[in-house]
Amino acid sequence: MDYYNLMRIFAFIHLLVSIPHGYSNYVETKAGQFFSSGHTNNWAVLVCTSRFWFNYRHVANTLSVYRSVKRLGIPDSHIVLMLADDMACNYRNPKPATVFSHKNMELNVYGDDVEVDYRGYEVTVENFLRVLTGRLPPSTPRSKRLLSDDRSNILIYLTGHGGNGFLKFQDSEEISNMELADAFEQMWQKRRYNELLFIIDTCQGASMYERFYSPNLMALASSQVGEDSLSHQPDLAIGVHLMDKYTFYLLEFLEEVHPASQANMNDLFKVCPQSQCVSTPGHRTDLFQRDPGSVLITDFFGSVRKVEITKDTINLTSPVEPPIQRSGSGDIQIESLTYVDQLPVAEIIHQKPKQKDWHPPDGFILGLWTLILLVFFQTYGIKHLKHIF
Amino acid sequence: CMTPAKDQFQEELVIRPLHSGDIYASFQFRTLWDTDFLQEGQKKVSHYRLFPKSLGQVLSKFSVQELHISFTQGFWRTMQWGQPFIPSPPGAELWVWFHHTVSDVDGNWKELTNVLSGIFCASLNFIDMTNTVQPSASFKPLGLGNATDHRFLRYATLPREIVCTENLTPWKKLLPCGSKAGLAVLMKSEKLFHSSFHSQAVHIRPICQDEQCTSKAWELRQTLNVVFDHYTSGQGKKEWSLFKMFSRTLTEACPLASSSKVYVDITDNPELFELSPATPLLSQAVVLGDRRTYSVYDLTRAETFGQLRSFNLLLRWKGDNMLRPLLHAERYVAGFGLQTGEIHTVIYNNHPYRAFPVLLMDSVPWYLQLYIHTLTVTSKSRDNKPSYIHYQPAKDRHRPHLLEMLIQLPPHSMTEVTVQFERALLKWTEYTPDPNHGFYVGSSVISALVPSMVAMSTNFTQDQPLFSSFVPVKEESSYFVRVYTEPLLVNLPTPDFSMPYNVICLTCTVVAVGYGSFYNLLTRTFQVDEPSPPLAKRLANFIRRIRGVPLLA
Repeated sequence: MDYYNLMRIFAFIHLLVSIPHGYSNYVETKAGQFFSSGHTNNWAVLVCTSRFWFNYRHVANTLSVYRSVKRLGIPDSHIVLMLADDMACNYRNPKPATVFSHKNMELNVYGDDVEVDYRGYEVTVENFLRVLTGRLPPSTPRSKRLLSDDRSNILIYLTGHGGNGFLKFQDSEEISNMELADAFEQMWQKRRYNELLFIIDTCQGASMYERFYSPNLMALASSQVGEDSLSHQPDLAIGVHLMDKYTFYLLEFLEEVHPASQANMNDLFKVCPQSQCVSTPGHRTDLFQRDPGSVLITDFFGSVRKVEITKDTINLTSPVEPPIQRSGSGDIQIESLTYVDQLPVAEIIHQKPKQKDWHPPDGFILGLWTLILLVFFQTYGIKHLKHIF
Repeated sequence: CMTPAKDQFQEELVIRPLHSGDIYASFQFRTLWDTDFLQEGQKKVSHYRLFPKSLGQVLSKFSVQELHISFTQGFWRTMQWGQPFIPSPPGAELWVWFHHTVSDVDGNWKELTNVLSGIFCASLNFIDMTNTVQPSASFKPLGLGNATDHRFLRYATLPREIVCTENLTPWKKLLPCGSKAGLAVLMKSEKLFHSSFHSQAVHIRPICQDEQCTSKAWELRQTLNVVFDHYTSGQGKKEWSLFKMFSRTLTEACPLASSSKVYVDITDNPELFELSPATPLLSQAVVLGDRRTYSVYDLTRAETFGQLRSFNLLLRWKGDNMLRPLLHAERYVAGFGLQTGEIHTVIYNNHPYRAFPVLLMDSVPWYLQLYIHTLTVTSKSRDNKPSYIHYQPAKDRHRPHLLEMLIQLPPHSMTEVTVQFERALLKWTEYTPDPNHGFYVGSSVISALVPSMVAMSTNFTQDQPLFSSFVPVKEESSYFVRVYTEPLLVNLPTPDFSMPYNVICLTCTVVAVGYGSFYNLLTRTFQVDEPSPPLAKRLANFIRRIRGVPLLA
């Protein structure tokens, strides 16, 4: 055999040996990625803090993130959506039951299947912090609670009007960056999250994440301290600005993401550079354990469930037999039931006044009687007691 | 083994063309379930088929005997549209009869409102003691019941509540077929909310299972009433079709429904409008005191859908006609300024010769302090003394005013009820974030037995169409109707919320200037300091020193 053939055979044998080695490497990296994130469920808390018709864009911002998050798999039961005012059915909306994000009414982010958990006056700083920390009154329904555990990845999105170190809620109160940092620390100490992604789209948004000190937090903001976040485009038919620039480009980016995509956080940091946004978006990753390049977008925006396939058979328990009910009990006489008269005039006219429960005299009456007795005894002395008793 | 209790589902759509060119569509979905949640000794119900589980669990947990909740956007104009099949006030209204075994009604009421706010995505958790009342004669149970102790009744209304798609979505999910099949496919929010009036409600009550009425069945009715305005939704043309109203046509009935029908009111046909496709099925029903004729389209039959497998109704208007309802009411606030005012409620009886009694119920929030000594009821400019008055005064921040009166309305007359009030100044934390919008006062409720022109049938059978069998009829000569007035929007004296900031600035300035000056005066010492003389003088002094002559000053 000549040298060329020998080389070919040698190369072939080398390939045969290296393919399984390379394949096992590939399998290992895939398995490594499979178990890398460490979360088992996803939650999202999306808050719009502004009221009044001219703040339409803040509601549109929140709804576009809601739409992306739902599209990528997080169900309504795991999303806490807080909208401070109603834009869709507002009387000033020329197209009721719609909220648009693009001018010329291209994309209706409100949709036909939306569930708002906190709306109108319920969106307050207190309710927001209670949702985050889980300290809600016992009668709060499940859809209004953030029932996350220590393996949950939570996405928190805030939008509205803000300033250096605060975010305004409904034009009447503010939340400061220190309060937010403390709330996240409470969440960490109660093990209410595995990893948390915080996105804020307000003026001077970067000031809101300056004070964070809990681990596993990653934050993004639409503008630096001293800069304003700008709105994107008005729609002349509706008459207001429809979206903010940062969230508009964020929506554009998220529309490209699908549940199986491998886009990671570094791509998210590049959304809306200064040439498009005018303000400089910022981010903070020093508190985050993993490298942002290995964190998938779907770790926070989607709800990709890890499934374990098993080949074992599982035996289901037999259903519980309800006890046989006695049909038509014989000894109790069956009396026919009747409907109530809706307006029994004669009965109403002769209705006796409702007997109020007797309460002991309180406060004023008690004080008045004490004063009268005191004055009486003062004037006439104790020896006149026999006149009373 | 035990067979599950029988349940059935019926759906119905009634289309009533209104004389002003608008069109009124009323959907009713009824689920009947032959079981009893509240019967003692029975094992907890756990198998739900057509009845939604979320509502069933709520009923059994809070021992609810009857529940009525409605969400309405817009106001029903009785003068132009007549009487609705199921009336409702603007905003959200919730009234509940609890079972007589409940010991803590208030606690159950509070928890029930919170649970319902989660189910319907509405802020019903704002219902608390300050806007709940216990009517003493209005709101008798619409279902079966013998004990009518009003201690188990609670009524609350939130006139500010907004209705939008987020309330429609969970409402649609309660239906057995969802919004995928049957009449519910027509419910597209973009069309439903672009209307003059939109009201969705859930009514749950126990009714008779059969004619003998020996056992109870639970009835869940989900109703949706909508009025489309021919100016806004109709683009000015008085021509309607199902596609124009709902942007959909019907393709099939809900497979789980035992009956699925569309009724069109053709009593005024053919002078008023033209209907296509024509149908030989006609039915007559006595509803709201009048005998009306309806064209019936049965969706469970395949021939209704025709060749194209789709059913679309077409109505074209031809003439105009005016309608005078027998009873309607208005309410408004009179007066000027931010201190006092007067509430006027005007009730019209348009019957030419019959007088009938009405029960007026008013629930006014505590911050409008009513002066009941100024209450006057006048009919035809003469005093009309009510035969029953129940008044419960308000307690600040605790309880609203409740005023119930039984008034006899003379025939063909206008009755006016006026009461003066004073506006309270709230604490600054009690104001809403937008206090200059004003504060709402819920609608007044007028319950009446209106004389009927046609004999009503007192047999409560199962075959009656749903829209005529909502209210049980006890006597033939009159029908029961409930009219809601407008809610009021009242401005309260609003403080200047920037005042604390201004006060702090001013006070700090005054303190700084005043105390600062005083402190300086007391502690500052003065030293005389001579300024350095100009150059010429210094030179002259230098020369004088050399000469030994006295210096210049």
